[in-house]
Amino acid sequence: MKIIVAIKQVPERDAQIRIDSSAKWIEEADLQFSLNESDAYALEEALQLKEKHEGEVVVLCAGPERIGTTIREALAKGADRAINIACDDLGSRDALGVARLLAAAIQQESPDLVLTGLQSEDLGFGQTGVILAELLGLPHATLILHVEKTETGLTVKRELEEGWFQEVSLPTPAVLTIQSGGNKLRYATLMGIKRAKLKEVRQLTAAELAPTAEPVVVLDRVSLPQKQKSTQILPGTPKEAAAALVEKLKFEVRVI
Amino acid sequence: MSGILVVIEQREGRISRISWEALAASQRLAAQTGATVTAVLLGADTAALAAEVAAQSVVNVVRVEHPLLAQYTPDGFTLALQQLIESESPAQVILPHTYQVRDYAPALAARLGQVLISDVVAISAPAEDSAGPEFTRQLLQGRLNGNYHHTGEGPCFVSVQAGAFRVEAHEPGNPADITVFSPTIEPAQIRTAPGAPFRGSSQTVDLSSAPLIVSVGRGIKEAENLPIVQDLATALGAELAASRPICDNGWLPMERQVGSSGQTVAPKLYLAVGISGAIQHLVGMKGSQCIVAINKDPDAPIFEVADYGIVGDLFEVVPALTEAVKAAK
Repeated sequence: MKIIVAIKQVPERDAQIRIDSSAKWIEEADLQFSLNESDAYALEEALQLKEKHEGEVVVLCAGPERIGTTIREALAKGADRAINIACDDLGSRDALGVARLLAAAIQQESPDLVLTGLQSEDLGFGQTGVILAELLGLPHATLILHVEKTETGLTVKRELEEGWFQEVSLPTPAVLTIQSGGNKLRYATLMGIKRAKLKEVRQLTAAELAPTAEPVVVLDRVSLPQKQKSTQILPGTPKEAAAALVEKLKFEVRVI
Repeated sequence: MSGILVVIEQREGRISRISWEALAASQRLAAQTGATVTAVLLGADTAALAAEVAAQSVVNVVRVEHPLLAQYTPDGFTLALQQLIESESPAQVILPHTYQVRDYAPALAARLGQVLISDVVAISAPAEDSAGPEFTRQLLQGRLNGNYHHTGEGPCFVSVQAGAFRVEAHEPGNPADITVFSPTIEPAQIRTAPGAPFRGSSQTVDLSSAPLIVSVGRGIKEAENLPIVQDLATALGAELAASRPICDNGWLPMERQVGSSGQTVAPKLYLAVGISGAIQHLVGMKGSQCIVAINKDPDAPIFEVADYGIVGDLFEVVPALTEAVKAAK
């Protein structure tokens, strides 16, 4: 089975956020970046499918130069090779624009399966996988926790809301978006990190894949959210703050 | 036409709360732009639900009916709505941001050359000289807001976040005009075969009835550290709960998960330890009577919904709090 895993590099979760001078995005200079969490689960699912059924796992990532580290990390975990789409204006493309780039690269590979995380942690549109399926003309299923290969295609376990699940059968080739938590994530081994340096990374550019189309949806500006409630912050040392909170819990919330 | 289509979602014959919220958002936008609202139901037979929606001061209700829509599939819903939208040419299509909508709406929008503006928390009226309304959505797990607008020709697709738009009671008005739309769908066009929904594990923990909940998140760092939070829960007489990453790692069972994919709770006290407050978690607990947050990051979104907050290292604050609770009892 030939599997393409579309991954994204996103700012670390705990990063301090400062809005940049354009007021359209945040200062990226001091940020640390890492692999989007649900994409890590998509990669894990692909690696496990390969271990069971043989085949090839190809990671696909678009972005500026810094994505190289995230691609190496995926290769170190066990992906066979990678496709790096150099794109410095990823943020100004809308979800359809980004998916067009990825779809053009995927079409050259004719995979049996395309996996990606269900949502990015930075923009959070949660759409790339579904749009990819539409652009590639393939069936899809979203929020997938488990993938089983069958004689005619796949049976997948899909998460529904409020603790419900559902099995869905679909033919291959197909696109799946992977929910976190379905598998345990592996770490890269020392051997894996060494081997990653020798693996093939194919370099493509955004310009050759998809001529820049005007976005349909435009981000005008970003701002820090307004507080919905007036939170009373209890100051002092941990001991003082704890004592103040117990007072509140006892006399105002009345739960002690 | 330049109206608003709003898609009403049902589950097991009931209209979900978030669908009423999507309708409320549509009606508010319509009041600002002078557009008419058409509510859309999809299924094999939606007569009873259509009557229920028609009572809510909606001008038009369309029953999109076909035997192949009896059970949800992304292909069936995409085809049916594509045909309806091509025939109605609405200015906006508003949907509830549910797992189902996330499964088909991005493909539907793309098929029409559009992009869904997903998980919207606010819609502001179009300014005099602007092309249309402005939509606010959350970025970076709720740490940043982004304001978007739609450009060009064709319908603007928007999905609204659960709890973001208030449902108001309506005076009974004139009954809405209910019509039936019959899309053309061939069985071969439905490429996926869905099974019946099932519950994951036997639910032995009912967090929704717990009066006090202590909930733990990523900040706990290691499974070995969980006892310090368990001790606090025990001291308070509270149930222990968690955010998704803790259950994903297998540190606590799934049945203790609070949030959109877990349980929804509204206890008297919800004490969040080391939980940053991503929206998927907030939707499961923001109805709590009192929310307390302990987090080292003063900018964590959890503080936006908390009544009381302690900014500090949970490994220092939580043991101190456990001691103080024991002393107070």
